[in-house]
Amino acid sequence: MSIDITTAAKVAKLARIRVEEEDLAALAQDFNAILGFIEQLNELDVDDVEPMTSVTPMRLKRREDVVTDGNQQAKVLANAPDAREGFFAVPKVVE
Amino acid sequence: MSELNRMTIAEARDALRKGDVTSVELTEACLSAIAGAGALGAFVHHTPDLAMERARAADARLKDGNAPAMCGIPVGIKDLFCTEGVPSQAASRILEGFRPEYESTVSGQLRDAGAVMLGKLNMDEFAMGSSNETSVYGPAVNPWRAEGSDAALTPGGSSGGSASAVAADLCLAATGTDTGGSIRQPAAFTGTVGLKPTYGRCSRWGIVAFASSLDQAGPMTKTVRDAAIMGAAMMGHDPKDSTSADLAVPDFEAMLTGDIRGKVIGIPREYRMDGMPAEIEKLWTDGAAMLKDAGAELRDISLPHTKYALPAYYVIAPAEASSNLARYDGVRFGYRAKLEQGDGVTEMYEKTRAEGFGAEVKRRVMIGTYVLSAGFYDAYYNRARKVRALIKRDFDEVFAAGIDGILTPATPSAAFELGKEHTDPVEMYLNDVFTVTVNLAGLPGVAVPTGLDGRGLPLGLQLIGRPWEEGDLLNTAYALEQAAGFVAKPGKWW
Repeated sequence: MSIDITTAAKVAKLARIRVEEEDLAALAQDFNAILGFIEQLNELDVDDVEPMTSVTPMRLKRREDVVTDGNQQAKVLANAPDAREGFFAVPKVVE
Repeated sequence: MSELNRMTIAEARDALRKGDVTSVELTEACLSAIAGAGALGAFVHHTPDLAMERARAADARLKDGNAPAMCGIPVGIKDLFCTEGVPSQAASRILEGFRPEYESTVSGQLRDAGAVMLGKLNMDEFAMGSSNETSVYGPAVNPWRAEGSDAALTPGGSSGGSASAVAADLCLAATGTDTGGSIRQPAAFTGTVGLKPTYGRCSRWGIVAFASSLDQAGPMTKTVRDAAIMGAAMMGHDPKDSTSADLAVPDFEAMLTGDIRGKVIGIPREYRMDGMPAEIEKLWTDGAAMLKDAGAELRDISLPHTKYALPAYYVIAPAEASSNLARYDGVRFGYRAKLEQGDGVTEMYEKTRAEGFGAEVKRRVMIGTYVLSAGFYDAYYNRARKVRALIKRDFDEVFAAGIDGILTPATPSAAFELGKEHTDPVEMYLNDVFTVTVNLAGLPGVAVPTGLDGRGLPLGLQLIGRPWEEGDLLNTAYALEQAAGFVAKPGKWW
């Protein structure tokens, strides 16, 4: 499978990373090199194999369904690029 | 006592208890070594005041008795660990200015044991790289140089700053993290010891996530004994990481007898790669002979899916990365791009991520986005997870057949030059060819320095152990270390 410029642009959009028009060709080339390498996986017959979900078999722990943390508004906001009146601030979302 | 910074953890621990040295003296020696080692680019955030404060507290605690082994030991912390009030950037522009309000579990355990943090260490951006060249700070430099050359060499990656700092005696030990070989490859490139524990041994809480099903923290030290001491202090169950194992951490140091008689060591034939340099081949053969002389039985084994480990890794790791790195959106922490009039929230995301991430990180996030996208999920991601199951099964089978440990080269070459043009991204990925299987199978692995190449650069071997048996693994590593007698140090040029 070969990735063209349109697909590269679509992937960049999905990843929410701006890529300039003139850089798309090089990006598509990188994708193709990596995906070409990954293609080797098709040599294997994996029809009867279960995909791995956990590398070490373990049962997830359970705990009481209660609030154990919180009331840290100042700490949560401390690293925000723009915080106002106790909220994260972003550009206008709805016109 | 001069050059206290050259001590091992074990030596310093004993000297602290005898009162021959104080943590303040050890810390001052390291801080002065760091101040003179700017050329190595190993430390990227310096915390001398905090270090001195902790050293004084450690000395008081040592005086009271009953202090843990790591009390008063000066260490460096990889920039990937969140450290309270101290910049923690994962070597990325997108986390510029980020000062966590909390401490990672692993660095917190070291802090609570009395270890003295000297500062934060350089690394590849988000731990994605094998040469430390993707760092926003610029690369860390290997203190080792080839004979007759002053070319700057890579300390490896992603834990390049950690390896460089330990090899150059800027600290007694450092933390690293390993997703595909990021502890073991830099250790091998710098003549140091690097342990990647079994997946689930060290809590991942508070460590900036790259690929959550593969990431493990571990110690980077001067000796195997130090890896046993520091490793035990880093491990243990943490309710804040649901994949953290609720298992007791044994006293690894007490297990270092050097007696490996009767142990069965597997030599996997698939690791004999085409075009493997003769020096690596010889290192491996010599290492096997050392273990045999120490009383171990060598056995040829087969791990038939080895060849598929790297391609599976380059689906799984980017897929998890694309998901983990979605949090860097310019809203809650770190960098936000300057916006133009009329830019909305989508432009904010796209510009922030374009300006905040480096080229390799963007490449991997987008590859991950692609392999997870509708229509390709089964063909790439699910297939890679199936291949991962086969790779793990290979190991399960040899362990079930009585293999106690596996010996392989740690890297396909010695440290290479910084600044070489890498036109093909896949070329750099091959650095992890011997280490990446271990992450995919969740096993413990350790790199031990065992020799020098023809140009006087260190080379290491890797030992792989059964899950949760770091103690046995470290004991085999200890026997190898004793037999190899690696004592070389880089000549000081910095």
